[in-house]
Amino acid sequence: MPTYNLKINGEIHTVEADSDTPLLWVLRDQINLVGTKYGCGIGQCGACTVHVNGNALRSCSTLVSQLQGLDIVTIEGLSEEGDHPVQQAWLEHDVPQCGYCQSGQIMSAAALLKNNPNPSDKDIDAAMNGNICRCGTYIRIKEAIKTAAKQ
Amino acid sequence: MTKVKTQYNRRSFLKISAAASGGMLIGFSWLTGCITDTKVEPIAVPNEWFEINGYIKIGDTGMVTIYSPNPEIGQNVKTSMPMIVAEELDVDWNNVVVEQAPLNTGFYQNQFAGGSLSIKLSWNALRMAGATGRRMLLEAAAKEWGISVSDLSASKGVIKEINGERTITYGEIASKAVGIEIPEEVELKAISDFKLIGTSVKNVDGKNIVTGKSLFGLDYQRDGMQLAMIQHPPAFGMKLKDFNEDEIKRMPGVKDAFIIDTSIDSPTWSDEKGFLQLIAIVGESTWQLTKAKRAIKANWETVSELENSEMHLANLENALKSGEANQTRRDGDPDAAFEKASKIIERTYSSPFLAHNTMEPMNFFANVTENSAELVGPTQTPEALEGSVAKLLNLPIEDITVNMTRMGGGFGRRLYVHFGLEAAAISKKIGAPVKLIYTREDDMTQGTYRPAYLSWYKAGLDENNNLIAFATKGAGLPEGAVFPDRFPAGTVDNYVAEKIDGKTNVTTGAWRAPRSHFTAGAEQSFLDEVAELAGKDPIDFRLELFDRAIKNPVGEKNDYEAERYAGVLKLVKEKSNWGEKKEGVYRGVAAYFCHSSYVAEVIDLILENGQPKVKKVWCAVDCGIVVNRDAAKNMVQGGVIDGIGHAMYSQLTFNNGSVNETNFDRYQLMRHSQAPEDIEVFFVENDIAPTGLGEPGLPPAVGALANALYQATGQRLTVQPFANNIKMEKLLG
Repeated sequence: MPTYNLKINGEIHTVEADSDTPLLWVLRDQINLVGTKYGCGIGQCGACTVHVNGNALRSCSTLVSQLQGLDIVTIEGLSEEGDHPVQQAWLEHDVPQCGYCQSGQIMSAAALLKNNPNPSDKDIDAAMNGNICRCGTYIRIKEAIKTAAKQ
Repeated sequence: MTKVKTQYNRRSFLKISAAASGGMLIGFSWLTGCITDTKVEPIAVPNEWFEINGYIKIGDTGMVTIYSPNPEIGQNVKTSMPMIVAEELDVDWNNVVVEQAPLNTGFYQNQFAGGSLSIKLSWNALRMAGATGRRMLLEAAAKEWGISVSDLSASKGVIKEINGERTITYGEIASKAVGIEIPEEVELKAISDFKLIGTSVKNVDGKNIVTGKSLFGLDYQRDGMQLAMIQHPPAFGMKLKDFNEDEIKRMPGVKDAFIIDTSIDSPTWSDEKGFLQLIAIVGESTWQLTKAKRAIKANWETVSELENSEMHLANLENALKSGEANQTRRDGDPDAAFEKASKIIERTYSSPFLAHNTMEPMNFFANVTENSAELVGPTQTPEALEGSVAKLLNLPIEDITVNMTRMGGGFGRRLYVHFGLEAAAISKKIGAPVKLIYTREDDMTQGTYRPAYLSWYKAGLDENNNLIAFATKGAGLPEGAVFPDRFPAGTVDNYVAEKIDGKTNVTTGAWRAPRSHFTAGAEQSFLDEVAELAGKDPIDFRLELFDRAIKNPVGEKNDYEAERYAGVLKLVKEKSNWGEKKEGVYRGVAAYFCHSSYVAEVIDLILENGQPKVKKVWCAVDCGIVVNRDAAKNMVQGGVIDGIGHAMYSQLTFNNGSVNETNFDRYQLMRHSQAPEDIEVFFVENDIAPTGLGEPGLPPAVGALANALYQATGQRLTVQPFANNIKMEKLLG
């Protein structure tokens, strides 16, 4: 089995995995970073969203072999104290219901604000449309993104 | 204050204390507990904890642990139930940490998440638990100072001598309260004295959720734990014969592969009715298991008809036409009344099968040994799971423990326990702890769906446009959606409601606001049309009917309080400025009562590039006392979005017994861009004991949506999902 050196949340992790293993399962099964969630496995729900070189990417559809030398950030590494403006805004608006999709929502939102600090409603819809929330917290997510944008 | 008899005795408290202290420490992160405000200085971590009763543990520093008894599926009871205990105990919420209690049927009642029942059924028990703890602390302080309890007052975790200078904190006296006899009677606060209930308290798991901590069943880990996947038959009506076991066992990362059978004696409603023989594969890597699962070549035998969606519709139509109706209510003489009516209207409404699609797919951890079984995971019915696992393993109930993780959604799906039994069967076979994981495809194709419905409605008006006759007949696969004693029963002299059950081998179950999510949409859009036929405003028309039900109700058994029903309609009318016309904005209204709460909603809809879009929703809610205000609003907002999303976009169709929509590429759930811009929620303020909110916000959204769509498009939408049935050519001209 091949070995890969992955830079995750600023640390190098050496993992053995089949080359077609999605990053999601390397994170969850091998590195015990379970904040990145499994939802659909086909890049349709956004629960598994991480940052790769600052861009939001679906880790269920990104292979471990594609990531050497790239900078991967998961929800656990978004901030040291859980105080990234997006995380703080999520708490301020008390967004989560079941909470399962929220780490993916937060990662998508954080990537959006990094590239577009003042998004319009349309920008938010476009960036967040790949993240499903069955509980229906969409309105609060949008409000929280707007609050975070003001920080 | 009200004096009430407690339901507890010392023995039951001690029983739970033992279970709780030796119990689960899943995601044990109480230090971040309830303090979400970073400006608040956290209280010091105690060196010693003292069990006051089964709900409360107090540390020597004054930190208080409150056990939350019920499963948390996102309805936020892990915050609101402990709030009720904290209110009566009278402690500062900043000093409270919350832990999920284990299943303990000997002490807690109704450890169950369903029917919007958690708060309703436990309101008194939670208040008494807090009040009992407070009384014991007061008695301990009184004893310490040699004075009477009546000489003391307690507030925010501090006991004061009323006519003196002495004070002592709960933390300082907690050790002495442990030996105090459980009081037989306690005093509850007057509702007007509530300090915490009715405020907005943040989700106790909020910080853990936004930082990605291990909270959910799928995140659960145990040393030596194996992973497992299952394969169920590809179609309803098929059964497993055999599979390429040797080939699968030789695949990389596969430790074992075999067939499990989860049939049990005397299954109950929560047990699996469809796929009982399954292929199980065990290994240590989810990805390797996924690949092995894809390599399965199985022989399936057809044991009953392989159904498709056209057949389902035909079955429903036939059932409605010729099926055996259970006449469930008949008032007056509907036939004669229709005969003499000046105007008659009839409509038929339908909705397809739906999957629950909790964002966290089904999963469960099991560790079965020769004489015990431990289960950990997401379940809405831990007690039912325990009972079924006992039957499967032939073990006494006492040797089975069930612990609950936070759930990535429930919506009724996790009322069914088969995935727990499957995990137990696999663990027993391999003799090791195991976590069973469903893929999204497993989850979406397994069954336990929202049933498919077809209902017919007929109304008759007299020459003065008064409703004089109303009839409804509902067929469903497998059960019709008819609530015979709900509105408009009680408001019409001549009324008949009939229910017809259809046949299918597709397995179904409770889905958020069972049956109500359909009946509300059908009945409320039908009444909109009846109001139009009568030439009346849709709110005024309903209020007239409620007026009749208040003054002179028909029949004795009507499942609603007409004043409260009318109350939410009046409130939504006022808040939404009903009657005000806005250019390009189309409005619809609906009101519904289910799960003991009343909700009325007004939807404002616009056409954006020729596509209908809900812009704003106003909700008026009567759920009695509101426990956690902002969280209650969140729940109603979510229900509205869920209702609009499913009615507009979602369906599950069948071909040769197989589901066509197997993942989110084909199954459409509402997304960000389709959600309303704003949902305002208003509560009727009263002192009535609280009822639940997990479900009641959803049903009226379907009716209000259909009615707003009619205003926008001129089309009465009767077939869900609406988006598939709007004739766009008419819209675009």
